[in-house]
Amino acid sequence: MAETMTIGKALNSGLRRAMEDDPKVVLMGEDIGKLGGVFRITDRLQKDFGEDRVIDTPLAESGIVGTAIGLALRGYRPVCEIQFDGFVFPAFDQIVTQLAKMYTRSGGRVALPIVIRIPFGGGIGAVEHHSESPEAYFAHTPGLKVVSCASPHDAYWMIQQAIRSDDPIIFQEPKRRYWEKGEVETSASLDQVFPLHASRVLREGTDCTVVAYGPMVRVALDAAAAADEDNGRQLEVIDLRSVSPLDLAPVYQSVRRTGRLVVVHEAPLTGSISAEITARVAEECFYSLEAPVMRVSGYDVPYPPARIEEEYLPDLDRVLDAVDRTFTF
Amino acid sequence: MAKGNAARSRSTAGTKPAASARTGTRAAGKSPGKSPGNGSREPEFVQLLTPDGERVEHAEYSVDFTDEEYRGLYRDMLIVRRLDTEATALQRQGELGIWASLLGQEAAQIGSGRALRPQDMAFPTYREHGVLWCRGIDPIMPLGLFRGVDFGGWDSRATKMQMYTVVIGAQTLHATGYAMGVAKDGKCGGDDDSANEAVIAYFGDGATSEGDVNESFVWASVFNVPIVFFCQNNQYAISEPVERQARAPIYQRAHGYGFPGIQVDGNDVLATYAVTEAALDAARHGEGPSMIEAYTYRMGAHTTSDDPTRYRIASEVEAWQQKDPILRIRRLLEKQQIADASYFDEIDAEADSHAADLRARVLALPDPDPATMFDNVYPNGSPVLLAQREQFVAYHAGFESKGSGH
Repeated sequence: MAETMTIGKALNSGLRRAMEDDPKVVLMGEDIGKLGGVFRITDRLQKDFGEDRVIDTPLAESGIVGTAIGLALRGYRPVCEIQFDGFVFPAFDQIVTQLAKMYTRSGGRVALPIVIRIPFGGGIGAVEHHSESPEAYFAHTPGLKVVSCASPHDAYWMIQQAIRSDDPIIFQEPKRRYWEKGEVETSASLDQVFPLHASRVLREGTDCTVVAYGPMVRVALDAAAAADEDNGRQLEVIDLRSVSPLDLAPVYQSVRRTGRLVVVHEAPLTGSISAEITARVAEECFYSLEAPVMRVSGYDVPYPPARIEEEYLPDLDRVLDAVDRTFTF
Repeated sequence: MAKGNAARSRSTAGTKPAASARTGTRAAGKSPGKSPGNGSREPEFVQLLTPDGERVEHAEYSVDFTDEEYRGLYRDMLIVRRLDTEATALQRQGELGIWASLLGQEAAQIGSGRALRPQDMAFPTYREHGVLWCRGIDPIMPLGLFRGVDFGGWDSRATKMQMYTVVIGAQTLHATGYAMGVAKDGKCGGDDDSANEAVIAYFGDGATSEGDVNESFVWASVFNVPIVFFCQNNQYAISEPVERQARAPIYQRAHGYGFPGIQVDGNDVLATYAVTEAALDAARHGEGPSMIEAYTYRMGAHTTSDDPTRYRIASEVEAWQQKDPILRIRRLLEKQQIADASYFDEIDAEADSHAADLRARVLALPDPDPATMFDNVYPNGSPVLLAQREQFVAYHAGFESKGSGH
């Protein structure tokens, strides 16, 4: 059964279904109860599941993640909401030192099935610290997995897959896309839907591969449509979906055909996910490349004031410009 | 040793379980005295056994141990000190990378550790070797961590003792979350007391400055979870005296968070036991959190990498030697003729035997297979990591096939 819903509603529905499926799933975060979260992703869940399972926490991010670890040690499956990307850093020690390492330190005895939801990225005209893309910190941390959804269908299923997984998962939600609508096939079974840690070709093409994740997938798809219209170039668009571990086999296959690769993300350039992808594609597809891998990203500056954020964020024109440059070699 | 023979001073344990644990509420109203510092003032702690080995009464706390149980506490403390001495020696001989000695804190650890019931969960720092002993964990376990062959090795679920935590204070949040789970499971405040559980979180005076510790106090308070925050104030955070962490006595902080705090003579195993047992009982009965400040002294260095002569004077250490936790219970056993010279000789010999066994087994600990570093990173594995492991194994296999060794 296919339903049309927004990404925000798909996340809400996915959370609801995960809570129905497993009584050990508890949601924790600031303002997620009565208010339903500042983006309403947990709307009505406290009303339906009670204050014991949808917990309005004190205002302390380290406390949210730290107590989630304790609940997981007790057998629960906590889903933490960090209100905004820029507020995750008070929880950094609990995430990278405690959450990420427990399974290793315990010799594989103690898994911590915790999901940390983070609305991330810019483009909503927000005040500072509300538009960041922190995924590289977490992708750089062994023991964590990092995913990002880009469509309502993926939002609905990926949040359920993440909750079902025994791995600690950072779940980055493209906040500027919360209101975008799409078809969600809700009748499938969790075991049969597309795997969580797999990238996916969204649009086939022969001339240049464009890789993106989260909010930039829409930009990449728009760029592909524009390229086709402008000069008939066929861009192949791949949604990474899993930022860590990276599933690059579809990217390698694509680049071996197209010979060109553009990677797009909002996060700053240096030490980014695109740096990792570029290095690996250089290792795996060296003789197939017709041009250097091009990257379209935010810049190595603190996220700028909202009135100029459109100049910081990758957009259709910057992606097409990068595609054009791959044809100059 | 058997639990439950320490008589709760309150005969109305079932109806007003937290009464004794709330002693600190009254003490909080007292002036901290002329000195703003904590270490220089005379503490107002609960004491049942003086440094001279005299049993003293307290209005709200008492213990009623059998002779065998008194001897058991002595034996516990003597053995953990002997093992600790052996571990320090092993480090000096290069067999451990580092060792965090518990010297001087035996009463705080054995008293609190023996007050735990089997179903209670403990969250340690990295110095709770005495509590591990009380939980029946093989003493070699923490030495694997400090030798660098693993990260600890005991089964935290089976032993009800979580792993050591090196980043200061982080475990107090884990303990609080775990205690939230205990409450969710309906495992505190129930009519069947044998099914009720409590959680104890260990931390030190230095940790009280950490944000995580303060967040755990907030959480524990507003969710009213069954937890005992057990602070061993051993007067130093490496080189920094407690005055650098706190202007008021640490136990008084509890009141600001809305739960009882109490200070106990941390070198008095009887008082530590009695106070901890009462606090754990209160937690199990659904009375919520409380804090215990065990006022003690780190007789040795922070770790074997430390040189305490740079930051404290010998006379201070000598003054605390007069308050030694083992010496005072030995004096009690002697005065009350609970143990004689042959008993002490017997325990010394047993402790030496444990130490020799520990040494032999530490020396025999094998280094792990290097490829095991790739194990247990993710419960569901990672293809990226698997590829790295395969590369690693192939690289090393290349040396072997060439016969060069390395």
